[in-house]
Amino acid sequence: MIELINVSKTYTNGSQVTQALKNANLHVPRGAIHGVIGLSGAGKSTLIRCVNLLERPTEGNVVVDGQDITRLKDDQLNKARHRIGMIFQHFNLLTTRNVFDNVAFPLELTGLSRQAIKSRVEPLLKLVGLADKARQFPAQLSGGQKQRVAIARALANEPAVLLCDEATSALDPQTTTSILELLRDINQTLGITILLITHEMEVVKSICHRVSLISAGELVEDAEVGDFFTSPRTQLGRDFLNDFLELTPPKELVERLQPSPDAHTHPVVRLTFSGDAVSTPLISRLARECSVDVSILQAKVESIQERTLGLMIAELVGDKQQTHQAITYLESHQLDVEVLGHVQRND
Amino acid sequence: MSSAMIDLIFHATLDTLYMVAISGLIATLLGVPLGIMLYVTRPRQILARPVLNQVLGIITNIGRSIPFIILMVAITPFTRMLVGTSIGINAAAVPLTIAAIPFVARLVEGALNELSPGLVEAAQAMGATPWQIICKVLLPEARGGIITALTVTLVTLVSYSAMAGAVGGGGLGDLGIRYGYNRFMPEIMLVTVIILVVMVQGFQSLGDYLVRKSDRK
Repeated sequence: MIELINVSKTYTNGSQVTQALKNANLHVPRGAIHGVIGLSGAGKSTLIRCVNLLERPTEGNVVVDGQDITRLKDDQLNKARHRIGMIFQHFNLLTTRNVFDNVAFPLELTGLSRQAIKSRVEPLLKLVGLADKARQFPAQLSGGQKQRVAIARALANEPAVLLCDEATSALDPQTTTSILELLRDINQTLGITILLITHEMEVVKSICHRVSLISAGELVEDAEVGDFFTSPRTQLGRDFLNDFLELTPPKELVERLQPSPDAHTHPVVRLTFSGDAVSTPLISRLARECSVDVSILQAKVESIQERTLGLMIAELVGDKQQTHQAITYLESHQLDVEVLGHVQRND
Repeated sequence: MSSAMIDLIFHATLDTLYMVAISGLIATLLGVPLGIMLYVTRPRQILARPVLNQVLGIITNIGRSIPFIILMVAITPFTRMLVGTSIGINAAAVPLTIAAIPFVARLVEGALNELSPGLVEAAQAMGATPWQIICKVLLPEARGGIITALTVTLVTLVSYSAMAGAVGGGGLGDLGIRYGYNRFMPEIMLVTVIILVVMVQGFQSLGDYLVRKSDRK
């Protein structure tokens, strides 16, 4: 439904050349919710603006709903844009129009009759739960309500695609949840394809099917959300995940960690387990079968869509052979084992 | 004060209002579009034309930098060509208009500049044409700022029109100079000043009222 083919974007400011997007390739199938996550300045905004040509790529092609929009003339592009809805971090509602007229705005642009507009706007306001606010002005609404108006407006021309530019970043956690639910809802009921950019893992976790990771203008990782949360392939992906799960070893431990083992150390490991491993009593089996003691420093269980994800930071206490055996045992049970370092024995 | 004097003041007040109204109206009709042009032709704007923008900017700045009293005298031939005479209120309205056009344009440009760029971006994302963006986004959203700009212009025109007396333009300023100052009639001076103050106050109050009415923020 959305396809970016070798898209690059370069900004030239005098002699200074900034490459905001490098050879980006992205494919979002019909009906999917695809998230692009990255730190600020990574090129997320440029990427999403290339999809409806708010930013024109320096190179590459953008295909939306089978149409290469980079080849369109201005008037054809405007027509194509009617089928690409977009919502923004700061809502961008017209302050001099009330809720009804804001939603009517894109319909006026296409030259619909007043009657037809009315019959289109009212169900949309009902859909986003603002039927009773039709005559209010944006200044009278809360952030969440403003974003609902923006969503209704974006849906007015029955688009095939909805672009969300940090749509929940200006909202509090509770409102974020309700807006995300609304987005998931319209994805399911209207079958609309959603591409969103965000810096919040929470957003990816709660509604995305697939996620891409962007760093310094490059898409560095692209995975099913379940896979991304269980085994990110890049360091940046792991950083995002650890920040999100707040699973970083305690500071006091980090200070004691040394990179390589010696005769008086034992390993500290981060274990990630998903699927069947979550419900298996692996740790007690590990203790029995490898005769190591396991000291759990931190542990957490998250459910990511239909999958359950367990994370643990633990110290494996035993001699070198025992701990080595323990790690092999864990790996053989589909656990992802990362040795964070080694600490001196206390005894 | 004699009834002849009162009559004189009354007509001078009408003359001032006439000059301000005519020049204000024409300057609005020409200055608002020029202000919009200055804004939309900027680099990265909806009708980006950097060269045109530069040229318009320079012309506007020239218009803004010439002192009104000099402008009035300098364009006398043009005034004569346009209204057939170089004295009187119609003649004075010409330089007033010429001075007010770039004034209005810059203030309108400033009012548009105050708008969040996100509004234009959102309209573009919805497939709005530049013309639709101007008519349905920029003008309505900047309405309050534009009314403020026009109010400032009217007040400035009242004060400029007082200088029109120097070219035999008529109006309250002219009256104040000729009677109040040259003929040592301080009460005339006082009355003209009071009327000017009331006039300015009136324009300002009207402007503020209209801004309040149009503002939804």
